[in-house]
Amino acid sequence: MKLSENTKVSAKLLVLAASMLVFAIFVMPPLYDAFCEVTGLNGKTGGRYEAIPAAIDTSRSITVQFVASNNGNMPWEFAPSVMSVEVHPGEVMDTVFLAFNPTERDMVGQAIPSLVPFKAAEYFHKTECFCFNQQILKAGEEAELPLRFIVDPEIPSSVNTITLSYTLFDVTERISKNIDKNNAESAREG
Amino acid sequence: MAHGPQSGLKRWLYTTNHKDIGTLYLWFSFAMFFMGGCMALIIRAELFEPGLQIVKPEFFNQMTTMHGLIMVFGAVMPAFVGLANWMIPMMIGAPDMALPRMNNWSFWILPFGFTMLASTLFMEGGAPNFGWTFYAPLSTEYAPPSVTFFIFSIHILGASSIMGAINIIATILNMRAPGMTLMKMPLFVWTWLITAYLLIAVMPVLAGVVTMMLMDIHFGTSFFSAAGGGDPVLFQHVFWFFGHPEVYIMILPAFGIISAIIPTFARKPLFGYSSMVYATAAIAFLSLIVWAHHMFTVGMPIAGELFFMYATMLISVPTGVKIFNWVSTMFRGSMTFETPMLFAIAFIILFAIGGFSGLMLAIAPADFQYHDTYFVVAHFHYVLVPGAIFSITAGVYYWLPKWTGNMYNETMGKVHFWLAFIGLNLTFFPMHFVGLAGMPRRIPDYALQFADFNQMASMGAFLFGAAQVVFLFNVVRTVMGGRKATEQVWDNPQGLEWTVPSPAPYHTFSTPPVVR
Repeated sequence: MKLSENTKVSAKLLVLAASMLVFAIFVMPPLYDAFCEVTGLNGKTGGRYEAIPAAIDTSRSITVQFVASNNGNMPWEFAPSVMSVEVHPGEVMDTVFLAFNPTERDMVGQAIPSLVPFKAAEYFHKTECFCFNQQILKAGEEAELPLRFIVDPEIPSSVNTITLSYTLFDVTERISKNIDKNNAESAREG
Repeated sequence: MAHGPQSGLKRWLYTTNHKDIGTLYLWFSFAMFFMGGCMALIIRAELFEPGLQIVKPEFFNQMTTMHGLIMVFGAVMPAFVGLANWMIPMMIGAPDMALPRMNNWSFWILPFGFTMLASTLFMEGGAPNFGWTFYAPLSTEYAPPSVTFFIFSIHILGASSIMGAINIIATILNMRAPGMTLMKMPLFVWTWLITAYLLIAVMPVLAGVVTMMLMDIHFGTSFFSAAGGGDPVLFQHVFWFFGHPEVYIMILPAFGIISAIIPTFARKPLFGYSSMVYATAAIAFLSLIVWAHHMFTVGMPIAGELFFMYATMLISVPTGVKIFNWVSTMFRGSMTFETPMLFAIAFIILFAIGGFSGLMLAIAPADFQYHDTYFVVAHFHYVLVPGAIFSITAGVYYWLPKWTGNMYNETMGKVHFWLAFIGLNLTFFPMHFVGLAGMPRRIPDYALQFADFNQMASMGAFLFGAAQVVFLFNVVRTVMGGRKATEQVWDNPQGLEWTVPSPAPYHTFSTPPVVR
C-alpha cells in the first residue's frame, strides 16, 4: 500500500520533470521567437512581406540608415551602397548592399538583420531581402545584394530615423557538407 | 533493530540507509567545498596585485568557471541534500526515505559527474572557461572541446538532483508519523518540500539548455546561433529561468536550518510559524517570474524592465517577514551563544546585507552601472557564503552531536566562527567598493586604483580558507571521539530528532512516534 503511494507520487513528479524538459527545448524557443516577432524585441524584423497597395504619406519622411558589419573572422567586404535614404511612409524603396569575397575559396554567408528603435521593427516591411537566403560567393566574386522595403504608414510619429543593421556570418562550414553532396550530384549528372 | 550495516566499503556502496547516504552527501560536499575553495584561492592569489603573476588568463577563466560550478553544484546543493537525508526522516518520524534505492543511485552518480567535470582540467584546450553561467556563444562556438564533457556532467548532476527531489517529496507526503500534520512539520522540512518542487520545475530546464547547446555544437541546429536564425539572448532567458530559482534552491533550506537553531538558543518557540511557511511559498513562486533581472542590459522594452524590477523588489516582502520573525524569536529570549547560534545570527545580519545589495541591483536603471562588476560578485557572495555556507555550517554544529554522539570542541568552534566571520567580511565587503568604482568581474588583471581593496580581499580569502581547515579538524575530531552528548544535546530543543539517543541509532522510528 505504502509502496504504491510512493510510486504514484514519483510517477507524477517524473511526468512533471519530463514536461519541463520538453517545455525548455520545444516550447521556450518558438515562444521566444513568436514573442520577439510580435513585440519587435531585439530588433528582429519579420519575414517576407506581401506588399499591400497603400497610400504614400508624403507629408513626412523618415531617414533609414544602413549599417553592415562582419561577425567574427568573416573575411568578406560587406557594405551598403548608400549610407542612408529618405523615404515617405508607404513608398517602396530599393537599395543594394555590396559584398565581395576576397579569399581564394568559395564561401557561403548569411546576413542577420537587426533594427532600432525596436518599436519600429513591426512597421518595417521587407518585400525582398538578401537576408532571406544564404549568399554563395565564389573565390574573388563580387555581388550586389538587393533589398526592397516599405515603411508602414502606421509608424508612430515619434520615429524619424530607423537604423537597419546587417551582420554577416560565415556559414560555409555549417553547410559545406550539403555543397559537397550537391557538387557530387551535379558532377554525376554532368 | 533487525540488522546493522554491512562492513567495509560495501556498506557505503550498497547502502540504502538515509543516515549513511546523508553522511556520504555531506562528506562529498565537504570535499568539493575544499576543491572549489582552492580554486577561489588561486583566483584571489592572482588578484593580490595588479598585473599577471601566478596564472595565465586562460587558466584564470577556467578557475572562475570551475569555482562557480563546483561550489553551486558540488558543495552547496549536495550539502543540503545530505542534511535533508539525515534530518527529514528523523524530523517527521519516518523510518527511512520513501525510495531508498533511488536514494543510493542519486548519490552515487554524483562522484562520476564531478570526476567527468574535473577531468576537463587536464584535457587539451583546458576546462570550461566561459563562466559558470556558460552564456552562448562563449559556450558553443568559442568553447574549448571539453565543453561536451561539461554538458554531460551537468546532465548527470541534474538527474541526481531531480531524483533527490522526488525522493524528498515522496518522503514528506507519504511517510509522516500519524499526527504529524503538514502545519506541524518543522520548518526545515517545509522549506525542503518547497525547494524540492522548485528543483523538479527548473533542473529539467537546465538539462534542456545544455542539450540545446549540445545540438548546436554537434548536430547543426541553431538555437543560439544568429547565423542560423537562432538568438544568443534566448540562451540567457532559458538559463536564468533555471538560474534564478536555483539561487532560491540554495537558500530556502538555509531558512529552515536557521528557523530550527534560533528558537533553541533563544529558548522561545519560533515566532510566526505559519507566516514563515507562507513566506517560503511566496518566495518560491516569485523566484519563477523574475529571471530577466539578470539581463536588464540585453535591450528589453521598458515594460519588461519595469515588470522584472518590481517583481524582484516584491521578494523583499516575504524575506523581510522571515527576518522579522527570526529577530522577534530572539527578542527577550534567554539567549546563549554557542557556535551554531553564532553562525545563525551572523547569517541573519550578513544575509540581510546581501539582500540590500540585491535590492540595489534590482533597480533597473542603476543596474546598468552595476552589471558585470565586482558589485555583483560582492552581492551574490554575501547571500551565498553567509547564506548557504554559514547555515550549513550552523546546521552541522547543531546536529553533529546527534549524528556522532560526541560534542564538538566549543572553543575551536568559536575560533572557526570568528576567523570565518572576519575573513568573509574582509574578502567580500571591499568588493562592493571596487565594483561601484567600475572593476569588472572575471578579469585576471585590473587597473591600479583597485589594488588596495583587492589586497584586502585576498588576505581575507586566505583567512576564510584557514578557518575552514579548523572546521574540518573539529569535525574529524568529533567523529573520532570527545565528550559524550546527551539525548537532548541542547537545552530543551524542539523536534523529534532530539527524542532518539545520541548517536542516532542506525534505524530510528521503526515504530512511528506519538506526535502531540
